Amino acid sequence: MSSLFGSRVQRVEDDRLIRGRGAYLDDLGADALAAAFVRSPLAHARITDIDVSRALEVPGLVAIYTHQDLPTRLAEPLPLLIPHPALTHGRTPYALANGEVNHVGEAVVMVVAADRYLAEDAADLVDVSYEPLPAVVGLDAARAAVHLVHDDVPGNRAANAAQEHGDTAAAIASAPHVLELDLEIERSASTPLEGRGVLAQWDEQQRRLVVWTSTQTSTGVRAAVAAKLGLDLTQVDVITPDVGGGFGVKIVHPWPEEVLVPWAAQVLGKPVKFTEDRREHFIASAHERGQQHHVTVGYDDEGRILGLDVRFWHDNGAYVPYGLIVPIVTSTQLLGPYKPAAYRVEFDSLYTNTVLVTPYRGAGRPQGCFVMERTMDAIAAALCLDRTLVRERNFIQPGEMPYDQGLIFQDGRPLIYDSGDYPAMLSKIKDMIGWDKFGSLRDAAAAEGRRIGIGLACYVEGTGVGPYEGGHVMVETSGKVKVATGLTSQGQGHQTMLAQLVADELGVPITDVEVVTGDTRRFGYAVGTFASRTAVMSGSAVTLAARKAKDKALRVAADALEVSPADLEITGGMVQVKGDPDSGISLGTVAVLSNPLRYAFDDAAKAATQFAGGDMSKPPVAPDDEPGIEGRAYFSPVRSTFAGGMHAAIVETDPDTAEVTILRYCVVHDCGKLINPLIVEGQIHGGVAQGVGGALYERIAYDEAGQLVNASFMDFLMPYVSEVPREIEIDHLETPSPLNPLGVKGAGEAGVIPGSAVLAAAVEDAEAIPIRSMPLSPSDLFELRRADR
Amino acid sequence: MSSPDVLHGAELHGEELHEVRLIVNGAARMARVPARRLLSDCIRHDLRLTGTHVGCEHGVCGACTILLDGAPVRSCLLLAVSADGADITTVEGLAEPDGTLSPVQQAFSECHGLQCGFCTPGFLTTITAGLLAVPNPDDEQAREMIGGNLCRCTGYQNILASVHRAAEITRDRASRGAGQEAAATPAGPP
Repeated sequence: MSSLFGSRVQRVEDDRLIRGRGAYLDDLGADALAAAFVRSPLAHARITDIDVSRALEVPGLVAIYTHQDLPTRLAEPLPLLIPHPALTHGRTPYALANGEVNHVGEAVVMVVAADRYLAEDAADLVDVSYEPLPAVVGLDAARAAVHLVHDDVPGNRAANAAQEHGDTAAAIASAPHVLELDLEIERSASTPLEGRGVLAQWDEQQRRLVVWTSTQTSTGVRAAVAAKLGLDLTQVDVITPDVGGGFGVKIVHPWPEEVLVPWAAQVLGKPVKFTEDRREHFIASAHERGQQHHVTVGYDDEGRILGLDVRFWHDNGAYVPYGLIVPIVTSTQLLGPYKPAAYRVEFDSLYTNTVLVTPYRGAGRPQGCFVMERTMDAIAAALCLDRTLVRERNFIQPGEMPYDQGLIFQDGRPLIYDSGDYPAMLSKIKDMIGWDKFGSLRDAAAAEGRRIGIGLACYVEGTGVGPYEGGHVMVETSGKVKVATGLTSQGQGHQTMLAQLVADELGVPITDVEVVTGDTRRFGYAVGTFASRTAVMSGSAVTLAARKAKDKALRVAADALEVSPADLEITGGMVQVKGDPDSGISLGTVAVLSNPLRYAFDDAAKAATQFAGGDMSKPPVAPDDEPGIEGRAYFSPVRSTFAGGMHAAIVETDPDTAEVTILRYCVVHDCGKLINPLIVEGQIHGGVAQGVGGALYERIAYDEAGQLVNASFMDFLMPYVSEVPREIEIDHLETPSPLNPLGVKGAGEAGVIPGSAVLAAAVEDAEAIPIRSMPLSPSDLFELRRADR
Repeated sequence: MSSPDVLHGAELHGEELHEVRLIVNGAARMARVPARRLLSDCIRHDLRLTGTHVGCEHGVCGACTILLDGAPVRSCLLLAVSADGADITTVEGLAEPDGTLSPVQQAFSECHGLQCGFCTPGFLTTITAGLLAVPNPDDEQAREMIGGNLCRCTGYQNILASVHRAAEITRDRASRGAGQEAAATPAGPP
């Protein structure tokens, strides 16, 4: 049987999307009432009065709600999703501000009207009076703590946490060489092309709520909405429609709008919809990346790291609904493919009067990778060693796998790498970019008055984080196969990837397989899409479910054909004696036979009715059996599986304008076994583009008053085609994971992780100026040159 | 007298409405809209053609690009009333009447030119117009063609590949069509 696993299968999602038949959130609920929000124009203020009288005059207005109008559960702060013992001062926002606002964009008043234009008219006429408070903006101000974001949080410190293996202080003290570095990454944001959105419909007669939301976790939203509205889970369905990109920002839940809109739909008895606009997405969703790091590293004459101490400060914005995941990921994943003899990391997570911070693709890894790789380059420079040699000497060797880093990872479990071959990866990337021959290229360019430089960055990424995902596979009597998994999709091609796996397992054409994700009506137990986990988690679960369905199909067919199940195979949707196509019955017929009937609904069904035969001495359904060809299975791995990769780039810097041009960008990537190389490469392309954006163009710019000064696509410079490398050269290494039945590792986030690290290294190489902070705009480089003179 | 496709919510709330007559994907359509109604909103919410997406509402991302009298325009930067009388093609109108994908649509599918699909309608319309102007683009021209549209998922690599593939499919179809025409023409003395 030919396998779809590993094939460049074209996506099954595409047909509806390229015909304009996708169904994104704002495409639904054409007749719903529209919600709009009055948002804080100030970064920090007390609300002294809310006057809605002028807004009440707007024709088409339906309702205006402030915090005072909310029932008890909704009036409480939104949940702290991921508690942690070190998070001693966790604060979360209210659905609508309760007397105080802590960032520009915080929701203060909800307006519901006949359409969005009218809702915005009314929102404009709500008069909110504020008493401004001093704004805390940026890590320096947060740390100085002259002013506080939350009165009851001393030092603006949400958390302080440390981890260590070995005696780092002693190792550094006795090291032959010691270096110290200050390294910074500025804020950026996921910025999917579609913002957030939610539509809710309450059925008073059935007392049931249906919520459609542009989310990365439908089960998470369902649980949160049920809790906030005081409903049973069985009263709430959450459906994820087509989602126009997530990249992390849509894993946070419930957003204020995700509980307010369902509540309004219930109170008003009419469907209500909220569609976020672009400015709202910038000021009212989430950002990431902003961190400052201080590194102290002790190493020997060969460049081996003896002790690594990293102290860093994480800007968590005004609230921490997602807990400490980002700084924990930085502190653990910083180590990459290396094994410092001793390592200590300590971070403060600090409040500022800015939009809250939650994972954005990479989730703290781009910062960690930047810190580690800059450190490697600094060691190489200090010792006058080749940068790849220093890395090689610090690599974990394949024979040392599984490798225990002696830390606790973001899933609360030991940071143990399951597999990987970093020396092989390095050798591949060096060959690909021509590392050893770069000197002659540099000389040739220099002879023409051009500056070029080369850089390299390595990373390891824990993927497929638990706790679990599940899958359900059912064969219809038509022979069509229906698959469901609870996590959600935002463009990663999950339907295709999962259909490939099921088609392989069941021996049916992929065109007969239909996959649904993120619909609680179809699958109620799930976690969500984050941490590059879908192929590992749902891929494994769906595979196991398909195997169960197949076992059942073979058993039923074996009875019908009076052979042993072991002698049967399924191919092309037919169950047959191995190698004997004439012996077969269709999988659809097997599905008919699996469900003993009293009533025939069509011709095929007659075969399963009570006078059609069978063993009259046994019950139609055996005591330990069920009707139907179905399988349900869950996958819950003991811990994460660790993918890895290395990027190398050659850049040219303009001597006059300081513009950076990427001449070559090479990727070696190891996500274990590839299910669909077409899709994996697409994920890498997109990740690299985001990495380039984060390294050279995108920054979230606040002024000292906490106003976001670039809250539009005019000013937040997301790359167009002109900014991405002309070609992203990709090679794969396939080191299977031993932790799941498919041998796969996650691939979704990888491409973005080393972007700032590799481009900083390449620019530094071209310019011979230390690069310690990213992103790096032409103006930044220009200033660095001036300071270096 | 034609009646509006959908009664606008504003009609119930005292806003002055204007009739807008459009040819959309070959069919005559009429909407009654307030003067401030964006063309993108009119297409999506009045005409209920939701394939056209709105990504920024300030003309930068290109997701809402439609063909207006054949030219690619950003429907979020136009008022519906200003498009009165125009001939509009949206993503829903790109495929052949029999459902056959247009060359650009087929190329996107073959080349994995889309991921989340939200920006895709704007790319499809932009490239459709672009290939009429430049049927055989070189790499530079292909990059120029899509240079004003934002995509957050693909890194543009496979969109560029789709531009080239779409040009190829267009040429193939043209030569096949010409071949069929030639075959259908009875042979005779010149």
